[in-house]
Amino acid sequence: MGFFEMTDRSGAVRSCYAQVQRWVDEVGIDGLQLRLKEAETIFRRIGITFAVYGEGGDPERLIPFDLLPRIFSAAEWRVLDRGIRQRARALNAFLYDVYHRGEIIRAGVVPGELVYRNRAFEPEMIGFDPPGRVYSHIVGIDIIRTDEDGFQVLEDNCRTPSGVSYMLENREIMQRMFPELFASTRVAPVDSYPNDLLATLKEVAPAGAGSDPTVVVLTPGSFNSAYYEHSFLADLMGVELVEPMDLYVDDDKVWMKTTHGPKRVDVIYRRIDDDFIDPLTFRPDSMLGVAGLFGAYRAGGVTLCSAPGAGIADDKAIYLFVPDMIRFYLSEAPILQNVPTWRCALPDECAYVVEHLHELVAKEVHGSGGYGMLIGPKATRAEIAAYAERIRAAPADFIAQPTLDLSTAPVLGTREIVGRHVDFRPYCLVGKRMRLAPGGLTRVALTEGSLVVNSSQGGGVKDTWVLDD
Amino acid sequence: MLSRTAENIFWMARYIERAESTARLIQMGQRMAILPGPIHREEWRSVLRVTGCDGLIEGDRPVAEADIVHLLLLDEGNPSSIRACLQRARNNGRAVRTALTQDMWEALNEDWRRLEHYDLARARRDLAELIDWVKTRASTFRGAVETGQLRNEGHDFLRIGGALERAEMTLRLLDVKYYVLLPETAVVGGVRDHYQWTSVLHALSAARAYHHVYGGGDYTPWRIADLLFLNPQFPRSVSFCFGQIGWHLERLARAHGRRSAAHDTAATMLSELHGRESGEIFEGGLHEFVQTALAVTNRLSREIAQAYHFA
Repeated sequence: MGFFEMTDRSGAVRSCYAQVQRWVDEVGIDGLQLRLKEAETIFRRIGITFAVYGEGGDPERLIPFDLLPRIFSAAEWRVLDRGIRQRARALNAFLYDVYHRGEIIRAGVVPGELVYRNRAFEPEMIGFDPPGRVYSHIVGIDIIRTDEDGFQVLEDNCRTPSGVSYMLENREIMQRMFPELFASTRVAPVDSYPNDLLATLKEVAPAGAGSDPTVVVLTPGSFNSAYYEHSFLADLMGVELVEPMDLYVDDDKVWMKTTHGPKRVDVIYRRIDDDFIDPLTFRPDSMLGVAGLFGAYRAGGVTLCSAPGAGIADDKAIYLFVPDMIRFYLSEAPILQNVPTWRCALPDECAYVVEHLHELVAKEVHGSGGYGMLIGPKATRAEIAAYAERIRAAPADFIAQPTLDLSTAPVLGTREIVGRHVDFRPYCLVGKRMRLAPGGLTRVALTEGSLVVNSSQGGGVKDTWVLDD
Repeated sequence: MLSRTAENIFWMARYIERAESTARLIQMGQRMAILPGPIHREEWRSVLRVTGCDGLIEGDRPVAEADIVHLLLLDEGNPSSIRACLQRARNNGRAVRTALTQDMWEALNEDWRRLEHYDLARARRDLAELIDWVKTRASTFRGAVETGQLRNEGHDFLRIGGALERAEMTLRLLDVKYYVLLPETAVVGGVRDHYQWTSVLHALSAARAYHHVYGGGDYTPWRIADLLFLNPQFPRSVSFCFGQIGWHLERLARAHGRRSAAHDTAATMLSELHGRESGEIFEGGLHEFVQTALAVTNRLSREIAQAYHFA
């Protein structure tokens, strides 16, 4: 049995959960169930939905929401805060390095072929200096916990980490429904996030942009699964939400089509993948892109956030080296540890992985969203054999990790409070300076025993509290 | 504002207005259908004609309430049905979420799948409730606009779209009914005429306004035409709607620092309406007048699209 976030080893309620425990006792499970229904009605009405690719069914389904907050004490948060910032700094330093001198490769710390042969590496970016040397402006770091003191990083997200709208909406709905709870507890507010995001984006405007740069959010459109989030962020920042068809490039500058005629755009927070942003540079078959966008970017006419090619830093194979990056670039000891990981690209490790698949979690290096993984202890013999076959065929495409004893957080069950596995994604903003809201997205695997928390795999969400001292 | 946003808002407002007008028309038809006599069959046919959907029922066969409920309320394949209009209004709204207030969006979003649960039999049974629901949705949306939306150009496009659609619906209703408004018609003063007039007034929620404006009394073609074409106080009159359009176009012109063909078209139409008396309209031919006015609404719609770079 892993660590249960609500209690300590002796079974006593941890002090940061004391208030919530009192609240549960007061309202009762039935009372909370009623409130949960109310919350769901509100979610449905205001249209917070999440479409899932390729699953059919309701294209605008709700992500299940759990009423009980996941809570960090002030002391816990201080560690996380420092560790997250440290990691975000190292990741950006790495990105600058690999698109310039590649010193970490020359020093033999990171193998060159892992970088230069990687699909996420963008040769077009070599030698280019993005404003402020920032490549990943919003770094989402997936963190799990294995015991009271053990936080580990599961994954870095340097491109367009999603889910921050849930951080804000979950809080909003909790405050709307349980004001008394907030009145009696010192929960650090997260509502500065949109302002921080806008400030970050303005800070990285191109040199010629003037004192009040025009920022837009670029979405593939209303059929995208994260469209709600795109519109939500644009709305809270008070900037235009544009689709590719609203933009065009002229003279290495980017313009949006407005009722007043063309208007210059300085910074694009794009929620479209590298491959699709510019059919002239990347995929010619992209129907989503803006022709000439990348040229405008390289010419300094516009800033793209994140920078094309930033994905090399959150590749699952590169992930292994992040602690080394921290030592290499920052000369600091890593504050947050990686989850132990075997690289199938190395013959010894590959042999071990194939031998022990039944007790490991194996992942595709390029996969995301919980697809294409094998959870050894839950898999059948046939599944394990088939997966082993795939690993042998292309070992470099796979990594494996131990099945971790993920912590569980309290979740509202039908009759009692139950423990379900959780992970956590905070969002670190990187501009001229760093900004980190005290909170993030807690995802929860609502099925008993399940380790998969991805929303695309039926996981849910809950509010995350960071308590003030 | 993005041109795409302006266009979406403009059409969103039109779809909402259209859904509501169609609900009112169905209500009018229903009201006529419960009256004694054979006249209601003709009424259902005329409801179809106002919405431009009479081509959907071939030949001269009598149009029944079931046809109407299917075609104008439920039919997803008919772009003028209430269901299609509400769906498109929501899609447009969703595409420009950032230009709507939370309340406006909630009004569009709440219960939007309701009509999906209805088959024909159930929809007929609950028809009155469904019509009320459509009207309530439109009212809630307008209320959210009234109290929450910034009076920026998004608001102007929204109002212009709504007013254009409303003017068009009034004109089409009058066009379909024009023969009953003709004073020369042989059956003037008959029972049938009385019902036709009241039905026109009811479809536009104008019956009470009529009596207030004209101090009660009989229905006469001149007064009805006066109320529905020329009265600047009645919110569904052509004059009122064009007044709104003109006012919002002027605001746009000030904000943009330039005028367009749309401004001239709207101004010309307004001065035409102001200088008229209902008698003149009859002299020039009611049908011709309506046709000309309908052509103006179409032209305006095109000119606005051009001036503000839609598509």
